[in-house]
Amino acid sequence: MMKRIVLIAAAVLGLSAPAFAAGETPVPPQLKWSFQGPFGTFDRAQLQRGFKVYREVCASCHGLSYVAFRNLAQPGGPEFSEAQVRALAAEYKIQDGPNDAGDMFERAGRAADRFPSPFPNENAAAAANGGKAPPDLSLMAKARTYERGFPWWITDIFRQYSENGADYLVALLNGYHEAPQGFKVPEGGHYNEFYPGHVIAMPKPLSDGQVEYPKNEAGQPQVPETVDQYARDVTAFLTWTAEPHLEARKRLGFQVILFLIVLAGLLYFTKKKIWARVGGEVEGHATPPMTHNP
Amino acid sequence: MSQHPTTYVPKSAFGRWFESRLPIAGLVHSSFVAFPVPRNLTYFWTFGAILSFMLVAQIVTGVFLAMYYTPNAGMAFQSVEHIMRDVNYGWLIRYLHANGASMFFIAVYLHIFRNFYYGSYKAPREVLYILGVIIFILMMATAFMGYVLPWGQMSFWGATVITNLFSAIPLVGETIVSYLWGGYSVGNPTLNRFFSLHYLLPFMIAGVVALHIWALHVPGQNNPTGIPIKSGKDAVPFTPYATIKDIFAVVVFLIFFAYWVFYMPNYLGHADNYIPANPAVTPSHIVPEWYFLPFYAILRAIPDKLGGVIAMGAAIVIWVFMPWLDTSKVRSTAYRPLYKQFFWVFVGVCLVLGWLGSRPAEGWYVIASQICTVYYFAHFLIVLPVLGFVERPLPLPNSILESVMGVQKGGAGMPAGANAEPQSKG
Repeated sequence: MMKRIVLIAAAVLGLSAPAFAAGETPVPPQLKWSFQGPFGTFDRAQLQRGFKVYREVCASCHGLSYVAFRNLAQPGGPEFSEAQVRALAAEYKIQDGPNDAGDMFERAGRAADRFPSPFPNENAAAAANGGKAPPDLSLMAKARTYERGFPWWITDIFRQYSENGADYLVALLNGYHEAPQGFKVPEGGHYNEFYPGHVIAMPKPLSDGQVEYPKNEAGQPQVPETVDQYARDVTAFLTWTAEPHLEARKRLGFQVILFLIVLAGLLYFTKKKIWARVGGEVEGHATPPMTHNP
Repeated sequence: MSQHPTTYVPKSAFGRWFESRLPIAGLVHSSFVAFPVPRNLTYFWTFGAILSFMLVAQIVTGVFLAMYYTPNAGMAFQSVEHIMRDVNYGWLIRYLHANGASMFFIAVYLHIFRNFYYGSYKAPREVLYILGVIIFILMMATAFMGYVLPWGQMSFWGATVITNLFSAIPLVGETIVSYLWGGYSVGNPTLNRFFSLHYLLPFMIAGVVALHIWALHVPGQNNPTGIPIKSGKDAVPFTPYATIKDIFAVVVFLIFFAYWVFYMPNYLGHADNYIPANPAVTPSHIVPEWYFLPFYAILRAIPDKLGGVIAMGAAIVIWVFMPWLDTSKVRSTAYRPLYKQFFWVFVGVCLVLGWLGSRPAEGWYVIASQICTVYYFAHFLIVLPVLGFVERPLPLPNSILESVMGVQKGGAGMPAGANAEPQSKG
C-alpha cells in the first residue's frame, strides 16, 4: 500500500518512479489521466493537441485506419467543429472509384472517410522502414500493456486501473536514451529503456519544440512544448481512438449500477417480507457439535 | 419436468380446454411453482438461476453480435471494430458478451464447488451431476471458439496451440487436426467452422440444461445439511420463496457483472487480442483465458505432449466418477471435519494451478505445476475413497428443520405460517 502511494505520488509529481525492480524492463510510471476512474472524461484540449502531434509526427509512418474524420467531431472525443472536420478531410486525397468510365480517381476527403494510410500496403510500409511495417495506431493504447505482477493485478481491479497501455506508451516515447555501457544496439535498431528487449526499430520520434502548441494571450504556449508533454497528449489522443465511447461507457455504467443497487435493495426487502410468511429465512445448518455422540 | 403430480387446475374454461390437450401450464406449475425447496438453502444455491440467466444473456447478446460480425479471416477483426465504433451501443453488446463469458465461468465454478462441498453429486443425483459436467465441457468448447472469432493475435495463436493438441492422438490425430482447421493451418476455413459451431453449441447447452433441470426435479435439491426433505415442514414452495431469492441474487450478480463491463471491460482479456492476427509473428507469451488456466497448467506439467493432453482431459473427465470415488455416506462437508480440510486444500491447489497456468512454462513453475497436478489427481483417487473409511463424521441432525431451527429454538417447533402451505411430498 505504502509503496503504491509513493509510486502514485511520484507519478503525479512528474518524477520518474524508481521502479527498476528485478527484471530487465523497468515498470512504466503510473501517470494521472483525466480519463481514469469511474467519472473519467477526456480533456478536449489535450485530445486536440494530441491529434496535432499525431498528424505532424506519427502520421508520416503510422496509419489510423479505424478512425474516420467525422469521429473527430463526435461527442466524447476531441470535438472539433464539423466545419473544421470538413476542412481537415478536404486536405487529404482519397482514392475512389471506379467511376462510370471504369477508372479509379482521386478526390478530396470527406468527413465520412477514414484516415488514409501512409503506405499503399503493408509490404510497402515494411520496405520503406527497414523491413518492419510501422503498426496502425488506432488500437495501440489497448494493444499494449505491461506485466503487473502479484498483488497489483488484484488491487488494479478495485482501483479500476486500466491505463496500462497509456502509461506504457508515454514511458516508451520518453524512453530513448544512450544505450548503457556494454549494450550493443544492432544495425537499424534504437535503444529504448521501456521497450521489451530494449531494441526498437522506431527512431526517437519526438523532440522538444517540434510541434507548435496553441498560445495564450501572453503569446506563450498553453502547455510546455516538451517531449514529455507531447507523449502525454498523443497518448491521450490514442486512448480515445482505441476507445472512442469511453465517456459514454463510464456515464452509462454509473446509471446502470445505481439503478441495479436500488432494484437490489427493493428486492431484498420484498424477499424479507415474503419469507416472513414462513417465519423468516433460515439458511445453512446449525453448527454441529464438535464432539461425537457416544 | 417433475414427477410430482400437479394439483394445478386452470381457472378459465379456455385454460382447462388447453390443459387437457397440452398440459404445459401444469408442467410449469409443478416445476417452478409448487416444487418443494429445502428451506435452508444458502445463496450458493442461487447460481443455478444465475447461470440460466447468463446463458440467455449470452445467447441474446451473441445473436445481435452475429448480425454485424463477419466470419472471414480478412474482415473479422475489422468487423469487431466496426461493432465497437459505429454500431449503436455495439461497444456495450460486445463488452457484455465478452465479459459475460467470464461471468458465466465465475458462476459455474462457484456452482461446481458448492456441489463438491455439499456432496450434491452423490446418490441419488449422479445423473444430474454428470449432465452438469457435460454442460461444463460444452461451455469450454463454446468459450474457446468464441475467443477465436475476433481474429486477434491471441485468438489466432490460442487456436493454433489448442487445435494442435489433437495431433498428439495416435494414428488419427493429424487427420482430426486437418478437419478442425479445414486445411493445413489455422485459417479462414477454421474461422468459418468455429463461428458456425460457436453459434450452435449454446443451443446444445440449453438442451442439456433442460435435462439437468429435469434430473434435478426428480430427487429435488440437496441442501447444506445434505439430508433429504423428510416432511413438508422442511420445505417451502419454489414460488414465491426460491423465486424471489433467485431474482435478488441475479440482480446482485448483475451489479458485479456491470462493474466489469463498464469500468474494466478489457481487464479479463489480453492486450495482444487488439492486434490483428498475424501468422508470421508469434506473441511472446501465449496464454488462454483465465478460466482455462488450471487445465492449461496441468497440460504443460506433463513433459510429454500426448501425456499432457491425456492429463488435461482426465482432469475434467475424472469428475464424472466422483459419485463412486467418494465413499463417504455423509453428503455435506459440514459434518465431515477431516474432509473439510482436504476440501479447502483442494480449492487452494486449483487456484495455484490457475496462477501457474498464467506463468511461462519454465524453471520452478513447471515443478510446482507437477506437484499440484499430482495432488489434484490424488484428491480424487486417494483422498475421496480413503476418507470415507477413516473419517468419523459428526452426528447428523434428524431433519433440516431440526438443524436450522430446532437447535436454536430448543425444538420449539414450527412458526405458524409454515403449516399454511403443506407439502404433499418430500
